Amino acid sequence: MSPLQIKKGSSKHSAYDLRDPNAEVIETHTLTVIVDNESGVLARVIGLFSARGYNIDSLTVAEVDHLGHRSRITVVTSGTPQVIVQIKAQLERMVIVHEVHDLTVEGPSVQRELALFKVRGQGEHRIEALRLAEIFRANVVDSTLESFVFEMTGTPEKVDAFAELMRPLGLVEVARTGVAALARGA
Amino acid sequence: MVVEALKDQGVEVVFGYPGGAVLPIYDEIFQQNDIRHILVRHEQGAIHAAEGYARSTGKPGVVLVTSGPGATNVVTGIVDALMDSIPIVVLSGQVPTFMIGSDAFQEGDTVGITRPCTKMNWLVKETDKLAETIHQAFHVATAGRPGPVLVDIPKDVQFATGAYVEKPTVQTGHYAPRVAGDAEMIERMVELIETAEKPVFYTGGGVINSGPAASQLLREWVEATGFPITSTLMGLGAYPASGKSWLGMLGMHGTYQANWAMHDCDVMINIGARFDDRITGRINAFSPGSTRIHVDIDPSSVNKVIRADVPIIGDVAHVLEAALDLWKARGRKVNREAVGRWWAQIEEWKSVDCLAYKPGSSVIRPQHAVARLEALTKGMDRYITTEVGQHQMWAAQYLGFEEPNRWMTSGGLGTMGYGLPASIGVQIAHPDALVINVAGEASWLMNMQEMGTAVQYRAPVKQFILNNERLGMVRQWQELLHGERYSHSWSEALPDFVKLAEAFGCKGIRCDNEADLDDAIREMLAYDGPVIFDCIVEKHENCFPMIPSGNAHNDMILGEVDTQGVIGASGAVLV
Repeated sequence: MSPLQIKKGSSKHSAYDLRDPNAEVIETHTLTVIVDNESGVLARVIGLFSARGYNIDSLTVAEVDHLGHRSRITVVTSGTPQVIVQIKAQLERMVIVHEVHDLTVEGPSVQRELALFKVRGQGEHRIEALRLAEIFRANVVDSTLESFVFEMTGTPEKVDAFAELMRPLGLVEVARTGVAALARGA
Repeated sequence: MVVEALKDQGVEVVFGYPGGAVLPIYDEIFQQNDIRHILVRHEQGAIHAAEGYARSTGKPGVVLVTSGPGATNVVTGIVDALMDSIPIVVLSGQVPTFMIGSDAFQEGDTVGITRPCTKMNWLVKETDKLAETIHQAFHVATAGRPGPVLVDIPKDVQFATGAYVEKPTVQTGHYAPRVAGDAEMIERMVELIETAEKPVFYTGGGVINSGPAASQLLREWVEATGFPITSTLMGLGAYPASGKSWLGMLGMHGTYQANWAMHDCDVMINIGARFDDRITGRINAFSPGSTRIHVDIDPSSVNKVIRADVPIIGDVAHVLEAALDLWKARGRKVNREAVGRWWAQIEEWKSVDCLAYKPGSSVIRPQHAVARLEALTKGMDRYITTEVGQHQMWAAQYLGFEEPNRWMTSGGLGTMGYGLPASIGVQIAHPDALVINVAGEASWLMNMQEMGTAVQYRAPVKQFILNNERLGMVRQWQELLHGERYSHSWSEALPDFVKLAEAFGCKGIRCDNEADLDDAIREMLAYDGPVIFDCIVEKHENCFPMIPSGNAHNDMILGEVDTQGVIGASGAVLV
């Protein structure tokens, strides 16, 4: 089956799915979920994903509005178009959920992730690691005679690329926060 | 304060069982007369009784249980209510706040355990939030697609005094599901109905849940269009079984004509049904040529299993009213000629007479027992509950439901042990009505302790047990699928049901001969009090017609033909 000709996404007026449900295309979508900041909220959202067999590629959560008692969950998930639409509908019907936005569909968005890399090495490797870090605008936040810890912010792809480059240069550990995302524009 | 909030919500009956962590609430219940408490024999009985109450009245059912085992015993009923969209409010006691997490006596993580199976649940740690939370719980349970909610109340919060907030002053929060359908989609629905050549209404529990107005509107539209109508197990009674457009139930054990109509239709009008796997059969062979309209209040039901061409998110009554008005305004158009041809085709399918069964010898055929029950209770103010299994399907096939809210059965979860407590809940809500639980002996034994409840509260429920000394549906599947190796599917060491009835202090009747059946049923109906009716039936009867798992709607087994190998390996794993 050929790739879809129709623009990704569903009509805003209804649950009408414009895409071919038979196309076994796995898509990756970034969803933003605004929820009540209550105990158990994260368990509720994660429970939905595990109970219905949906994927979580990354997930971040923090309170964003103290007075309004709201938290923002950013979840990167993957599945067929039908599954993505279903995930959104399942999230929207939860009592603690105020809003769900599919940033992948709703227009351009900014996606950033913070990552820390511990790289151990000496000599040429060490110099090369520093040089690449500069190109990627990664900061050195810890240093010993045989190791660095780099801090970097960027898209998941950029983080992946940097990790790949560091691997032969002595990468020992990576810590990533997962994606935080906002729609572009006002 | 809890009792105050319940009164404020108009609650008349609570089903429950006391224990250490709810004693303060029970103390309040003792000191008032507005709310009636029904003491069950097991917490599972309480929640199924509340489900029966809720389904037969349209009002939320309320359950009160203690912490730990009290709460875990209602979990089956909570899942049952979630699957069948029944509004239930469970209030559970909890150990005091300062002891939570210490593995205290009868402590359980009730909100954790019930989180995936409630619409919403709350642990109330501050007394000032108690009343507000209970009001919110009732709102969530009944708004939109109904479902179960749970409020967990620690004992110290029950003892403390706090500010009571009345119902009208409570903000119900942002939770407000959409009820009115999209106008553009409703117009497309009406256009499709005007031009349809082979239409079929496929209705479900959503029509019942939407309230009596929805059933009225549905009836009006079906009559006006002359379109055929079938329904899921959950939706029986929304359109009367005696109506001229009625095809019978559809699905795995649905009628031949209903399933063929679904398969061959050109416009499918799904109103408040969710394309359950017992309905659709094999997905990629489901109704291949139809344009599908899907009306549902829950957006996650639409496009979940079957793609909808015209999805309408909204409450059934609201959508039907808008669509019906529009259809009338546009001149009540229907393609009469094509629909007439469609009916001729349907009559051909009907002539197969798929529900015919072999006339019995002296041994009672279970279908015949249900058919006689139908004949002898026709026209009565009758409510039916069931357990789960063959008898449930026979009840759905051979009993006719003329009104909504008269049929209470565990559909989505398929909970054995549902029918007896549910029948008690129905009878509590309708003290003067005839309430019959059509049961199988194995299911019935699962919650038979509730006979004590029926006797205590003088609930004259009739337990009509089709006793084949088998787990009939399991046996049927083993016959069709597992080489007739009947692994653990027979009921050994059964009690003597007549003596059991006497032990409970009610009436027992046994009937094992077809010639005596009518008189025995009349005796049951005439008795003023609970009855256990032990109807000894043919032991190896199978439930037909049947769409084997993994087959399409037009690929049904009609009767006792050679059924060996009808379900392929891929169907066998489908349950």
